[in-house]
Amino acid sequence: KRGSLVLPIRRGAMAMRAMTRCGWRASRRWASFGCLNETQEQVREMTRGFAESALFPVAAENDKLHRFPAEVIRELGELGLMGCQVSEAWGGSGLDTISYAVAVEELSRGCASTGAIVSVHNSLYCDSVQSYGREEVFEAFLRPFAQGEKVGCFGLSEPGNGSDAAAASCVARRVEGGWRLSGTKAWTTNGIVGSAAVVFATFDKSLGHKGISAFVVDTGADGFSFGAPEDKLGIRASTTASLILDDVFVPEAQLLGREGDGFKIAMKILDSGRVGIAAQGLGIAQASIDLAVKYAAERNAFGKPIASLYAIQHKLSDMACRYDSARLLTWRAAAAKDDAKPFSKHAAMAKLAASEAATFCAHQAIQILGGMGFVSDMPAERYYRDARITEIYEGTSEIMHLVVATNLLKEYAALDIALPAAPPKHAHHDHALSHAAA
Amino acid sequence: MRLVVGVKRVIDYAVKVRVAADKTGVELKNVKMSMNPFCEIAVEEAVRLKEKGVVSEIVAVSVGPKQAQETIRTALAMGADRGIHVQTDMRTDQDLQPLAVSKILKHVVEQESPDLVVLGKQAIDDDANQTGQMLAGLLDWPQATFASEVNIEDKSLKVSREIDGGLQTLAMTLPAVITADLRLNEPRYATLPNIMKAKKKKIDTIKADDLGIDLAPRLKVVKVEDPPVRSAGIMVDDVDTLVDKLKNEASVL
Repeated sequence: KRGSLVLPIRRGAMAMRAMTRCGWRASRRWASFGCLNETQEQVREMTRGFAESALFPVAAENDKLHRFPAEVIRELGELGLMGCQVSEAWGGSGLDTISYAVAVEELSRGCASTGAIVSVHNSLYCDSVQSYGREEVFEAFLRPFAQGEKVGCFGLSEPGNGSDAAAASCVARRVEGGWRLSGTKAWTTNGIVGSAAVVFATFDKSLGHKGISAFVVDTGADGFSFGAPEDKLGIRASTTASLILDDVFVPEAQLLGREGDGFKIAMKILDSGRVGIAAQGLGIAQASIDLAVKYAAERNAFGKPIASLYAIQHKLSDMACRYDSARLLTWRAAAAKDDAKPFSKHAAMAKLAASEAATFCAHQAIQILGGMGFVSDMPAERYYRDARITEIYEGTSEIMHLVVATNLLKEYAALDIALPAAPPKHAHHDHALSHAAA
Repeated sequence: MRLVVGVKRVIDYAVKVRVAADKTGVELKNVKMSMNPFCEIAVEEAVRLKEKGVVSEIVAVSVGPKQAQETIRTALAMGADRGIHVQTDMRTDQDLQPLAVSKILKHVVEQESPDLVVLGKQAIDDDANQTGQMLAGLLDWPQATFASEVNIEDKSLKVSREIDGGLQTLAMTLPAVITADLRLNEPRYATLPNIMKAKKKKIDTIKADDLGIDLAPRLKVVKVEDPPVRSAGIMVDDVDTLVDKLKNEASVL
C-alpha cells in the first residue's frame, strides 16, 4: 500500500542550503519515495506486458544468433518507446524521466539487448539532437528516429580513448559550408543498423577538451562506413561496431551546440544516459531475482524447497536490497533531472549502484540455480553476461566513483562548516569535575 | 455513432486468488487489480470500429470504487474518448450483481444515447455472463453475445457468435448490445502517446446511490471456501470394481 516517508525537518539554514543543493527538495516533490504516479504505472504495465509477450520468448534465440531484433524495434517505435523523451511536436512521447527509466527497466527485464538499443537511441542519440541540434535538422535527424523508423548511435569512444574522452583524435577539418570528419569511433552501440550518429571530433587538439565539437552525421554519407560487428560477451542482440569516417562532409547545420561545446555536451548527455543504463541494470537485476525466487521455491534439496534454507534466503535478501536501493537512486536521479536540478552525482550513483546490483544479482542467480544456472536452458547465464557491460559503458564504475567524489567534495567545499575540533573548554564544567574529584 | 463500452476492475488474471480468512469472499486487500480481460477485448473492438470510421465516440463506463478510475484510464489510453465512473463501495465481485449493474448501465445508456453497447461476455471474478443479456432485456434491444466477429454496415449489425455447435451468424439492427468473446480480437498495448493523451481525457463521476436504483443483491453469498484438496487416485483391478466405486463411492453413476 502507498505509504509516505516523513523526512526529518532539519533546522538550521546551512543544513537546508546543503540539502537543497543536493536535490533534497527535488526528490521530496516526487510523491512519496518509491511510488509511481498513475501515468508511470500505466507505462510500467504496458512495457512489462510487451516485454513478457514480445521480448521474453525471443531473447535467448536472438542472443544465441547475435540477431538484431528489427521486428521488436519496429513495434517499439509504434508504441512510442523510441522517442520517449522527444517532444510530441517532433513525433515523440514527451515522457517524464521516471517513466522512461521504468520503461527501459521493464524492457531490459525481458531482453537486456533491447534495453541497450532503446536506451542508447533515446538518451544518447535523440536527447543530443533534441537538446543541442538546430531545429532545421529535426525533420531529417529527429522525427524519423523518434518514431522508430530509424535508429541512432553515439560515437564518443575511440580505439585510443574511452574514459579519457577529452583526448579525442577524430578530427574535424573546417571546409566551405561545414566540416570534414576523419577518424574512428569504437564500441558504438547501434552501429551497423544506425542511420545517423552523434559524433565527437576535435577541430584543434591543442585546445584539449575545449577543441571538441559535436556533430550529427548521416551514416549513409560519402566516406562513412561501419567496422565489423563486435563479437561480445553479452547484449549480443544489439549491434556494436566502429564508426569509420574518411573525410566525411558534415554541413554547417549539423553542428550540435557551438564549436568547442562538444565535451560539455558529451558529459551532459552521458548524465542522462546513465539514468537509462541504470534502468537497464535494474531490469537485469529484477529478472535475475524473479528467476532465482521462482527456482528456489520449486527446487527441493534435503527434503524441502531450497527457498526455506537460510543460505538461499540471505542471498535473495541481499539481491533485493541492492536492487531496491539502486532503483531508488535511479528514480531520484530521474526526478532531479525533471526538476531541472543538477543531477550528475545522482546519475553516477544510480548507474554505479544499479550496474553493480545487476552483476551481483545475476551472479547470485546462477549460484542459486546451481548447475541449471550454468547452462543456456535457463536465462541466468545470459543475465550474467548481459549484466557485465553495465559497469563499463557510458562511464566505467571507476569514472562513476570519480564523478561522485568530485561532486561530493565540491558540496563540502561550498559549505562553511569547519570540521569539528576539540570541544571548547567551559569554566563551570572544569569546576564541576574538580568538585567531583574532591 | 456513439459507443458505450463497459469495463470492470477485477483481480488480475495472473494472481493466485485466496479465500479470505472469514470465508465471506476472496481476499481483495493488497491484491493486484486490472481490467477484466474480456473488457479489454471489448475496448479493443470499440477502438477498431472507431478506426474504421464506423464509431465517432467511445465512452468507457465502470461501476466500482474510486480505483475503478484507473481501469477507465486504461480504456482511455487504449483509445476511448471519455469515461464515466459510477462510484460505489459495494463489493463488485459478489454484492453488486449483474441485475443491478445492468440497471445502472441502462441509466447511462439513457443518458448517452449510444447506438452500440459493447461489454465483455463475463467478468473473471464472478463469471456471471449475465450483464449484457440483462441490459439488452431492460433496454429491449437486440443482443449479440459471445461475439467472435463484428461487422457494421449503415445501421445494421452482422455478428458471428461462438456457440456450442459452432459459429452462428446473426443480423440485427442498431441499437444493440454486443458481448465480446475471447477470439474477437487481440487487445493492443496502449502506446506512450495515447497514455499521455489519456491524462487529458475527461472522466465524469456519479454516485450509484444517487441513481434511485435498487442495487441490493438478490443472491446472498453464504460461504466461500477453497475447493477440497485433490486426493490421490487409486488403481483398480477390473471394470466391475471400477463401476462399483463410481456408483457407490464417487456417486457419479
